[in-house]
Amino acid sequence: MLTIEGLSVKRGGVQALREVTLHVDEGEIVSLVGANGAGKSTLLYAIAGSLPISSGRIEYQGQALNGMSPERTARLGIGLTPEGRQIFGTLSVLDNLLLGAYVDYAGHWRDLLGNIKRIANDDSVRERLATVYDLFPILEERQSQDGGNLSGGEQQMLAIGRALMSSPRLLLVDELSMGLAPNLARQLLGLLGRMRDLGLTILLVEQDARAALKVAERGYVLETGRIVAEGTASELLNSDRIQKAYLG
Amino acid sequence: MPDYGFGDYLQFVLSGLSTGSIYALVALGIVIIYSVTGIINLAQGEYTMLGAMFAVTFYKWGLPLPLAFAASVIVVILIGMLIERLTVKPVRSASPVTLIIITVGVSIIIRGVALLIWGATPYSLPEFTPGAPLTLFGAILSRQRLWIMGVTALVLALLYYLLERTLLGKALRACAINQTAASFMGVSPGQMSLLSFALSAALGAVAGIVIAPLTLVSYNMGLMLGLKGFVAAVIGGLVSAPGAVIGGLLLGVIESLSAGLISSGMKDAIAFLALFVVLLWRAEEVTPRLRSLLRRQSEVEG
Ligand SMILES: Nc1ncnc2c1ncn2[C@@H]1O[C@H](COP(=O)(O)OP(=O)(O)OP(=O)(O)O)[C@@H](O)[C@H]1O
Ligand SMILES: [Mg+2]
Repeated sequence: MLTIEGLSVKRGGVQALREVTLHVDEGEIVSLVGANGAGKSTLLYAIAGSLPISSGRIEYQGQALNGMSPERTARLGIGLTPEGRQIFGTLSVLDNLLLGAYVDYAGHWRDLLGNIKRIANDDSVRERLATVYDLFPILEERQSQDGGNLSGGEQQMLAIGRALMSSPRLLLVDELSMGLAPNLARQLLGLLGRMRDLGLTILLVEQDARAALKVAERGYVLETGRIVAEGTASELLNSDRIQKAYLG
Repeated sequence: MPDYGFGDYLQFVLSGLSTGSIYALVALGIVIIYSVTGIINLAQGEYTMLGAMFAVTFYKWGLPLPLAFAASVIVVILIGMLIERLTVKPVRSASPVTLIIITVGVSIIIRGVALLIWGATPYSLPEFTPGAPLTLFGAILSRQRLWIMGVTALVLALLYYLLERTLLGKALRACAINQTAASFMGVSPGQMSLLSFALSAALGAVAGIVIAPLTLVSYNMGLMLGLKGFVAAVIGGLVSAPGAVIGGLLLGVIESLSAGLISSGMKDAIAFLALFVVLLWRAEEVTPRLRSLLRRQSEVEG
């Protein structure tokens, strides 16, 4: 579904990615492991179209993504929960979630200019809202509050819920469990597993590499912008070198 | 000092509110563009001039006033969008200060072209509903001033609906809050930038057309209105739509009271004194914004 070949990306003066080659097949969870500054976030941003690429190719469902803007990759079904949540603090929780469904309405001016309540009542949106509220009941309770008034963990739930609202085909998750209680983090990883079973493809960056690899099919290890190891999740989990460096 | 009664004060306040409505519309345009694109558009006043000029022109061509009004707003919206595509889009990554200077250039060009097209002689537009002024509790108010307040209220209601009740408005606000995150939702920052210019042009044009019957319509009428709008926007904190409205109304009333009670020659001086006071009084809120603007400038250069 996603094929990356020889991808190099510069950030500031830094060569953040060097000749990265990897692929993610339809319906699998692939975990990206690496120390701070290894280039994990950079890779996700580059796929989503938010960073200029110095060389290499990104292909998604047979289509080249090089030079494509984030709004276009979003409309192709690539969802991203960015590092640091980045929710819209002065918009309500519900508005944040509805913006997640914006991809469905981009260019449909009548819907865009109609009362937003109508959108919230569209069958497909209502269904997705119900799913998100089912996962995170607290979001329903707080739906009319400003997103910025949520706690850190609740904001992370909102960020994930917002990404799910676009019903992406490929979900890029950066630091899934950031700020979440261990319990909820584990629950969310399990949820990703269930969503994978329903057909979602996931590229996952997660601090807790062991937990991430347990739910993933395969994994890649990034070190200073290079892929230094790859394999099935169990191969990586059992490799001495990786255990020492990342699973400590 | 003359002996003023209640009716006189009421008159000062009401006429201040109507002039303030104009400032509020201009200020809103500045706030919308600034929030979405980070650009302080110092050409905002020119949209009022263009609105008034096109309305006068269409009216002289024989269009009924309401049609001349609508046609002028549409033309000015198109001009605003064209300006965005020609000046903002190609240099999106330029520093904020560069962009401000570009908007100053744009305003000079618009004034120059207007001078070429329409000449230096002022025009006038008839009042929307001519007739004797109305008297209210001793205050005398021209009908056009009621039109100004009514149309402004309608425009504010429409804008409120857009920003608070539609997905497009939320997308615009999301873009103003965090452009990158908004683009991950499928919101196109380029489209939102274009939309913000279209909205601001519409607001400016409406302001220019409703004030036209009370003023001389000439190629340079936008200069002072733009500056007053900027003062009002700063009073309101530069990023707040309600703030811009309050700032505009406040400025209008202060001006009108000082013109009535002190001297009409003081009007403009008072406006800029108000800007000065506000910059000191709200320094904590406004200065960081201006400072971060300058900091981004030095980052671009550095
Ligand atoms: N905005 C930026 N400007 C310049 N360099 C950056 C920027 N963001 C990241 N970098 C650099 O790019 C490299 C990769 O950063 P990246 O954020 O992708 O790492 P990461 O693997 O996500 O780390 P973490 O686990 O801390 O999130 C680092 O060397 C970092 O210093
Ligand atoms: Mg990161």
